[in-house]
This record gives sequence, C-alpha cells and structure tokens, in this order.
Amino acid sequence: MADVANLERIASQVRRDIIRQTHFVNSGHPGGSLGCADFFTALYFEIMDHNPDFNMEGKNEDVFFLSNGHISPVFYSVLARSGYFPVEELATFRKIDSRLQGHPTTHEGLPGIRIASGSLGQGLSVALGVALAKKMEGDSKTVYALTGDGELQEGQVWEAIMFAAHHKVDNLIVAVDWNGQQIDGPTKKVMALGDLESKWKSFGWEVLHMNGNKMTEVLSVMAEAKEKSGQGLPVVILMKTDMGHGVDFMAGTHKWHGKATNKEQTENALSQLEETLGDYPYNEEI
Amino acid sequence: MSSTKTVSALEHLVATEKKATRDGFGAGLLEVGKKNDQVIALCADLIGSLKMNAFIDEFPDRFIQVGIAEANMMGIAAGLAIAGKIPYTGTFANFSTGRVYDQIRQSIAYSHKNVKICASHAGLTLGEDGATHQILEDIGMMKMLPGMTVINPCDYNQTKAATIAIADHHGPVYLRFGRPSWPVFTTAAHKFEIGKAIHLAEGSDVSIIATGHLVWNAIEAAKILAEDGISVDLINIHTIKPLDNVAVLKSVSKTGCVVTAEEHNRIGGLGDSVAQLLSTKHPAPQEYVAVNDSFGESGKPAQLLEKYGLGVADVISAVRRAVARK
Repeated sequence: MADVANLERIASQVRRDIIRQTHFVNSGHPGGSLGCADFFTALYFEIMDHNPDFNMEGKNEDVFFLSNGHISPVFYSVLARSGYFPVEELATFRKIDSRLQGHPTTHEGLPGIRIASGSLGQGLSVALGVALAKKMEGDSKTVYALTGDGELQEGQVWEAIMFAAHHKVDNLIVAVDWNGQQIDGPTKKVMALGDLESKWKSFGWEVLHMNGNKMTEVLSVMAEAKEKSGQGLPVVILMKTDMGHGVDFMAGTHKWHGKATNKEQTENALSQLEETLGDYPYNEEI
Repeated sequence: MSSTKTVSALEHLVATEKKATRDGFGAGLLEVGKKNDQVIALCADLIGSLKMNAFIDEFPDRFIQVGIAEANMMGIAAGLAIAGKIPYTGTFANFSTGRVYDQIRQSIAYSHKNVKICASHAGLTLGEDGATHQILEDIGMMKMLPGMTVINPCDYNQTKAATIAIADHHGPVYLRFGRPSWPVFTTAAHKFEIGKAIHLAEGSDVSIIATGHLVWNAIEAAKILAEDGISVDLINIHTIKPLDNVAVLKSVSKTGCVVTAEEHNRIGGLGDSVAQLLSTKHPAPQEYVAVNDSFGESGKPAQLLEKYGLGVADVISAVRRAVARK
C-alpha cells in the first residue's frame, strides 16, 4: 500500500521547490507546476518503475515524457528529489551554464530528460515512438506522458492521438493537465476544447477521469489506467487540476502561468507549504 | 592551352544508364535493413514514391505507416531513436523540412536524436506537380540546424551508398534525393564517406563544385569546356554539411576561381557554404548555378532546369564568367 501521507509530504516540498526555483530567477512557470505537483510526485515516488541511474534508452523501465515543457520546475524537483541529480542543482534553474534550462532539454545532459520540450504539441509523438520501440523489443514496461489542455489546440497532438488508436499503442498512458487555463486566459475563452471525453473516445482511446490534486484519487485512477493498458487501447486520463494548487492566492487563475512570486508573495506561499524534506540551499552567488 | 589532358581526365565520367536517386534510396534502405536490425522505416503515405516497398516486404514489422501526418512522424522517429532504434523517415523533401521544421528543430536536432530524415522529390526536377512540392530551400533550412548532417547525393549508386552509410553515423541526418531518372556514372563499388568530397576530375582553370543532380550537368559542361581548352577541376560535394573544407580550399587554391552548382535556391545552399569558407580562408571569384531566389513551376525536369538557369549551358556560362574574373 502506498504511504499517502508520505507522498503528500513530498508533494509539499515539491511545491516549495517550485516557488523557490521561479522566485530566485524571477521567471518560469509556477502555476501549472503547482497544479501538477501531486501527479508528478505520485508518478516518480510510487507509480513508475524507474531507475534514477539514468539511461537514455529506458529499456525495461517505465518512462515519462513531459510535453508541456514549461512546467519544468515540477519536473526538475521530482527528478532531483527522486535521485536523478543533486537537489542542490535546483538552485541553478534558468541560470547561465545550468543543466536546468527554462524548458527541459537533453542538450545539457540532465539525467531524467529524454527529449527537449517547450514548443508545444510534440511530446505525445515522441512518447509513441518509445512505446512502439518497447513493443518491438518485447519490453512490457509502460510509457507515461503529460500534455497540457491548452496544448490540445496544437494539431500534431491529434495526429498522435489518431495514430495511437490505429496502431493499438496500448502501453501508453497519457494524462491531460486539465486546468482550464492558458497564457491568454481560460481555455474556454481562448479556444474552447469542447467535449474532451467524447473527442478522445471517438478517436479510439480508453478515457478515465481524476482529480489530479487528490493524492488518493491519483493513485487509484493511475492504478486503474495501468489495469486498462495492454488491452488494445491507449489510455488517457483527463486530470482536473487547479492551477497554482496549494497556495491560496495563486490557485485557480492563469495569472501565475508564467510569472514568479516576489519576495513578499514567496514568503506568503512558503508559509502555506510545509518544509518536509529540507529546502535546497540557495546562494545568490550560484 | 591544350585540351587533350583535360578531355582525358573526363573520359571515365560516362553514364551507364539512367535511374532515379530515389530508387537508390529504396535499394539502400533494403540493404541497410539487412545489415542492421535496428533500422526502422517510417512513411507518411508515400511508400511507392519513396521506393520503400522492398524494405516493407522484407521487414514488415520494422515499418511504420504514419499516414499523412509528418509532424507526428518526426516525433515518433525521435522516440524510436531514444529507445536505440535507427529510424529512417520517408516523405517528399518539402514535407520533410519546411512542414516540420520545428519538430525537427526541437525533437530531433536540439535533442540530438539519431534520426535519418530521407527526403525525396527535392528541387525542380520533381516536375509537373509544380512549386507547391518543389522545395528549393531545404538545404538551407537543414544546414542551419546545429549538429545536422546534410547529404545530397548525385546519382543512384551514390544515393544507395549514402543510405547505407548514414546508419553508422550517430546523429541526425538530412538525406536529399530526387524523382527523375538521371544518369548513373558512379560505380556500385565507389567509396562513400560522409563529409568527404569526391574529386571527379583534375583540372587547372576553374573549380566546379556541384551537388546532387547538378553534378551530371557539371560533367557535361566540363566536357564541352575541355574542347575549348578550359580545364575544370571537378568536385562532387555529396555532403553539404559538414563541408569538406580541405577539398574545396585545395581545389580553389589551385584554380583561382569557382562555380558552385546545385538544384536549390542560390540563398542558403551549397554555394553559400562555399562562399562562406572562401571569404574567410581564400577569397576567390565565385559564380552560382542555382535558382535565383524564386519558386518553381510545372513542367518537365529538363525544361525546368533550363528555364531556371540550371542547365549545362548555364554551367558553361558561369564558368566563363568566373574565369574572366580571375
């Protein structure tokens, strides 16, 4: 049985890491990162069978692809906290000569990253390639991917969705970060996504729902997704999240999509998030 | 000037038959598939055009039909490469580059994935389909990507050899070839080495540095020029990036002027790569045989090459201009 309380403790620290990473460089994307902290924590500390002694090919282990690369702060935090690279390195986020680029990249050799992402719409295709290779190799592990909901406005995503069903890529579990927000405002106003469940279903996917900010539900629905995989259909989880979740003044608005907290706001935010694993040291000189 | 020596230097450059470079790709793909079981072929609904049938017949489980979805194909290829496969993507040059530039940039080039982007129907010689399909900017787009290798072979045998050779090169490759039947003058046994120019003929008055289909036009031009006593140092550049700087500088140092010839826009192609090298290392008069910053149109390949200034006569007049500027 998963230790839910412990996962929640980790998620709280991940949220602190997100606030601190973005604050120290006064840039980055805290809103979506906070909303996905529970999902990432569950993936890297409970769900995935993965090896922090990073190997690019990811053979015989579960692998994860982040398509909406701008939420890199949450990705970097869970990678560091689960042992891929030193937690201290989070202090270099978005700084010159860092492996922690604004958007994730393989170019600097950061363990845990298998593809660059940031230009939206490309991650599902890449995940498909790895999933196909796993099938060719008889590797029974699972490929996970996360895409934003606004990102579904990119046409390439639907090319990938169509392909996955046609080719029965059933070792792929995709989550949609359904926070209803994008840079210019609510997705409903910017470019309505319509009936997402019907859309994915009609493209031939198994569709599940979950509240991505409730750890028990994340664990149970992800387990259900795993059970549904391997049966001929790719699986998608429409994951309702609250952008900015965990910090009261940041929650539920697109305002913090790509904006860091100032000193006062940072103190306020951190006061709402328990330090459970120890903050990474921050030295202005780094 | 005696032309006897020059003529004899060109005597071995004879076309034995005509075959399309895309057929060379198809044959090479089958052969590299037999040699290396990590090779996977992908296609975006153009199997016949890309001559992929033989590979698919032999290795049905190592072929992925992507449908008309080139962006997705590039991403899938990147994913296959992550997992250790050697994916060869197949579609027209236009849809292999401009249509998917950002996918190649982020998921393949920046991510340094071992993807082989195989692009047929490049340039004007696509013919009747017209300008929507006749890409003349692809070499420029691809060579600007850091880490991308750009190869544009000249005939069937060279395309086949290149298709096989790129599997052993770890990193992204853009392999460009074409649709029409074209003279075959290299031998099946000729050595293909990525980044290594092929010195076709020794000459002293002018260097012609040509790539792709235009190599044959350069050969024909050189033969005519030899009759007039102009001795051409003839180089086949199949790899545009990385450019064989040593071969180019050695030739131009000897001849003192150069003509570059390519089935591409004059902006951003082989000519610009040569000019960039010469301007910093060995300034010399250079003339371009290339499309003059325009789109193409429908027509027969030979008509198009002539109309857009890529014919044998155009190579000859460029040589005369270059020599006159020495």
